[in-house]
Amino acid sequence: MIVVDRVSVSYGIGAGRIKAVSDVSFQIDEGDAFGLVGESGSGKSTVLRAIAGLITHAEGSVELAGQAMPRVRSRAARKMVQMVFQDPFGSLHPNQTVDQTLSMPIAIHRLGHADRRVASALAEVGLGREHRFRYPHQLSGGQRQRVAIARALILEPRILLLDEPTSALDVSVQAEILNLLARLRRDHGLTMLMVSHDLAVIAHLCDRIGVMSDGALIEITSAESLASGNVRHAYTQQLLRSNRGFDRSGAEVVEAVTSPVLSRIE
Amino acid sequence: MTDAPLLTLRNLRVVYPGDEGDTHAVRNVSFTLGRERLGIVGESGSGKSTTGRAIMGLVPQPGRITAEVMRLGDIDLLKLNERGFRRLRGKRIAMVLQDPKYSLDPVMSVGHQIAETHRCHFGSSMKKARMAALEMLEAVRIRDPERVYALYPHQVSGGMGQRVMIAMMLIADPDLLIADEPTSALDVGVQEQVLAIMDDLVRRRGMGLILISHNLHLVSAFCDRVLVMYAGRVVETCITGELAEARHPYTRGLLASLPELGRRRAELPQLQRDPAWAEEAL
Repeated sequence: MIVVDRVSVSYGIGAGRIKAVSDVSFQIDEGDAFGLVGESGSGKSTVLRAIAGLITHAEGSVELAGQAMPRVRSRAARKMVQMVFQDPFGSLHPNQTVDQTLSMPIAIHRLGHADRRVASALAEVGLGREHRFRYPHQLSGGQRQRVAIARALILEPRILLLDEPTSALDVSVQAEILNLLARLRRDHGLTMLMVSHDLAVIAHLCDRIGVMSDGALIEITSAESLASGNVRHAYTQQLLRSNRGFDRSGAEVVEAVTSPVLSRIE
Repeated sequence: MTDAPLLTLRNLRVVYPGDEGDTHAVRNVSFTLGRERLGIVGESGSGKSTTGRAIMGLVPQPGRITAEVMRLGDIDLLKLNERGFRRLRGKRIAMVLQDPKYSLDPVMSVGHQIAETHRCHFGSSMKKARMAALEMLEAVRIRDPERVYALYPHQVSGGMGQRVMIAMMLIADPDLLIADEPTSALDVGVQEQVLAIMDDLVRRRGMGLILISHNLHLVSAFCDRVLVMYAGRVVETCITGELAEARHPYTRGLLASLPELGRRRAELPQLQRDPAWAEEAL
């Protein structure tokens, strides 16, 4: 469904040129969920934006549903890929009601039946009719993220790109959104690509996981291998350790977390 | 070390009056803190940050603080005016905030900001304050303190910025450090490092620490005791290592709703909120 072949993205010119992503290649089958993990600045969000067609100067090729994506995409190609952003406080227009936010993509793509589509998209993400004419500031963080997901779904895309969809949310709300995403994927046969720095969140939703560091995809592993600690690359092991550190409670964690730094100064 | 508690709170309440009735941000929170590490966890809006701010005297107008007892050592915080609090802040209680990008002065070099705290509280000379600041930068494990001293906040990374803030807070040698989500804006690897540095310094100086966070596991890994807050109340107090045996349905619900590596579930249990939690007393 998604074939990313040697994609590179650079910014700047001359000596100040920075390679944000270098030679990243991977494939995702239809209906699969693929995760990208890495620290901030590792290029994972840039890969996502390149697939969405938001970075027009990306090198390499992106193929979606068997079609090579040109530099400027057709309307149909854009409809096929939709994205959900990290911060539901920043990604919704503050002066537009939920209804306006959801109607806009329908108008742009001339789909018609706006009223029916908006109502069913809201029902799909678990929002009631009473939320339809509210402004973003009248909604909670979880409700806003549901609106953002509804906005992505309203064009009936085949691919959903998720950029840290739960990291701005409380844990109980995170569970609700993760369940919602899992259900949508099942019901609609969506292909998902999710970016997160939280290994547990990624491993919950995704079967295959790519690890990024310094703009390169250094390892592709699976949720099972991550869980059993069966990873090859030293960086992935370190990432796993930092995530594990807080996943277990008790005194051993204090030991594990404190000792590497302490031993470094001694 | 003395046995007398560092901080005593009894029935702390913070109320914000509003057009549609008062908002009770903190309701009857009581605890005593010795020279230990106390964690406060809860979701957004649970009143955990407001509790921290109330101790610092930083609840903005028209918010009102009431309490039966609110003492820091031998000082009655309830009787303190703004001037009294100003003398206290930095010297006796210090606060590390969430995001160094927003909490440091963008037009002052980081070294100057640290030195300023020293001059403010000890009336020291420029030269002496600079020495102290450099020492402090070294204590938070910044490799080249001389170079970092002259940098501006936009020139340092998130982890370094947070260490600068910790240095700034510890330079006046406070008795109590309140850290409000000190690592939420940082990457996991850096998080560990910053926490380890803070933990190390707090232990060595025998300070009291209140760590405020939404991350249950992080707090339970670092603190001796954890208070779980919900809707402005403390619903449960756990001792580290016994978090798994937490009794309150809210705490249990929070723990269950976290995805876990190696324990994949088709559906995460969702927290069912019971209105009674907001009402019942501890």
